[in-house]
Amino acid sequence: MMDTFAALAHGMAVAMQPMNLLYALIGVFLGTAVGVLPGIGPALTVALLLPVTYKLDPGGSLIMFAGIYYGGMYGGSTTAILINTPGESASMATALEGNKMAKAGRGGPALATSAIGSFVAGTIATIGLAFLAPWLVDFAVRFGPEDYFALMCVAFVTVSATFGDSPVRGLTSLFIGLTLGLVGIDKLTGQARLAFGIPELLDGVEVTTLAVGLFAVGEALYVASRRHHAEEKLEPVRGSLWMTREDWRRSWKPWLRGTLFGFPIGALPAGGAEIPTFLSYSTERRLTKHPEEFGKGAIEGVAGPEAANNASAAGTLVPLLTLGLPTSATAAMMLAGFQQYGLNPGPLLFAERPDLVWGLIASLFIANGMLLVLNLPLVGLWVRLLAIPQPWLYAGILVFATMGTIAAKPSVVELSMLAAFGVMGFLMRRFDFPIAPVVIGLILGPIAESQLRRALAISLGDPMVLLQSPMSATLLGIALIALLAPFVLKGLGRFKANED
Amino acid sequence: MTPDTASENPPRAPARRVDRAGVVIAAALAVLAAVLVWDASKLPSTTMYGMGPEAMPVVIAIGLVILAAGNLIDALRGNLPPRESMDPKPVWLIIGGLALLIAIIGFGGGFILATSALFITTSAAFGRRAVLADTAIALVITTLIYLAFDKLLTLSLPAGPLERLL
Repeated sequence: MMDTFAALAHGMAVAMQPMNLLYALIGVFLGTAVGVLPGIGPALTVALLLPVTYKLDPGGSLIMFAGIYYGGMYGGSTTAILINTPGESASMATALEGNKMAKAGRGGPALATSAIGSFVAGTIATIGLAFLAPWLVDFAVRFGPEDYFALMCVAFVTVSATFGDSPVRGLTSLFIGLTLGLVGIDKLTGQARLAFGIPELLDGVEVTTLAVGLFAVGEALYVASRRHHAEEKLEPVRGSLWMTREDWRRSWKPWLRGTLFGFPIGALPAGGAEIPTFLSYSTERRLTKHPEEFGKGAIEGVAGPEAANNASAAGTLVPLLTLGLPTSATAAMMLAGFQQYGLNPGPLLFAERPDLVWGLIASLFIANGMLLVLNLPLVGLWVRLLAIPQPWLYAGILVFATMGTIAAKPSVVELSMLAAFGVMGFLMRRFDFPIAPVVIGLILGPIAESQLRRALAISLGDPMVLLQSPMSATLLGIALIALLAPFVLKGLGRFKANED
Repeated sequence: MTPDTASENPPRAPARRVDRAGVVIAAALAVLAAVLVWDASKLPSTTMYGMGPEAMPVVIAIGLVILAAGNLIDALRGNLPPRESMDPKPVWLIIGGLALLIAIIGFGGGFILATSALFITTSAAFGRRAVLADTAIALVITTLIYLAFDKLLTLSLPAGPLERLL
């Protein structure tokens, strides 16, 4: 316990250095500015801004990342409230009531309760992260390669099959990601797989190229293809920006309840912010003293899901930092940010670079505070960004998206891959395949493979090693149950329907 | 009694048809699995113990074949979620813009010309008709981005005829 305080104080000292404060400020600012653009969620915000951090040192870059991450989340909820186009499924619950509030001329208090709720939830959840992480690290140092492999199987299944609309389509996305992860030189034997004699493919598929292609280019193509359907409408922020006493009274309990839903679910290697946000929404709907307002803009319905969303975002950092296990597309992008410096999050990083890890955790607190202080007064500026006409907005997004790839690898092959992933992202949206599992498959697939091969090399090729470790056997059992559960439940549902 | 509630057919009936796009997706997954196995078969197995580099592609290929079957069943039953109508023209415009960008970068035309081409086609895809005005805007914006990132952040962006003038 005392160790945590000492480590956190040390991290604060790192994060409070003037240069690092400046990086955090730039991160928060850029993250909000990009995150506020319609159709851009936090994962894409991080992917688009990754090239900006190429030239910084790892410490400064990670601190800027923390700011981008929280800024992107904040910007996403602003968009959800003001134009009802949630950039990602985690903001859908916010959009339900938030957009109704904006339509009723209460956009200001909706933005305020979401900002303050995000701050409260983010702070509590980051404290949770700081205390949970060392404990989990102690636990994780005892993990063998077979345990890591089993843990990744759990993440694969829960991310793609258990919670999606269709387990078949979710798993299809995951396997496309796993296939892309095979491309390039095999690290253990030096042999090239799926490179087809193209030298650029030997290095493998870049996570940023995949994410920017799927998210930015794919989204632009998708929105363009159905432009004739409906125009988005921007709700102006009318009236007071501040919350009344009544608003405060109705907001603080949902903030805390949302945090209680968000953090533990985010910290589980199951991932996804959708579940806690919708749990929070339905809980607030049941507990409210103003049920008549739900569906017409109830402040509880904004406060709770927003807090849950931010708390689960901090929660996903627990498996990411302690186990190197990303459970959301955003966390996968954060992992890519670590990897560009050759850093691998996990127990070792806590031991070897405590300044980096604790500096990052401390700057989460700072970024959170900056967002609260900066963004409420600046909301007018963000609203103006939202009002950019759609043609220029998407043209600008695509210029920025291709710029990242051009700066990293200005080759025809890399740009063609970006375009191909864009078309793939468009088709996946059109045919309702989830996108996050592709990114997670690409980034986790190679790690899972090397852990499995290491485990089998140690056991001299005996596959029973996976079941002899109690940890790994339990985790594989959980993965199997999580894989079969949606099919069994669907079967039960059909059985019931037939009985009626 | 409103007449439309009574006369409405259960929505299931038209959805039962075979979804052709779904069949194509299933076929593409099967082809991908075949490519994986073909590629893995060319790798020499050198590892003494455990798995060589050729094992995982085969495992993933098996998964892809199972998923191809799953997708095929969904397509044949017509279980896919409904799709909205789409306008293919803007999609092709943006893809054309990306192709132009790749060609300009490939032939050494530089960052500003390449991204300007993409900006103009995308903006046209979203319904803008003022091509000349958009060209001017595109050149100004991409030049500013070039200056900010190449000079200030020292990212190396490819230079062409326009960048050499700066």
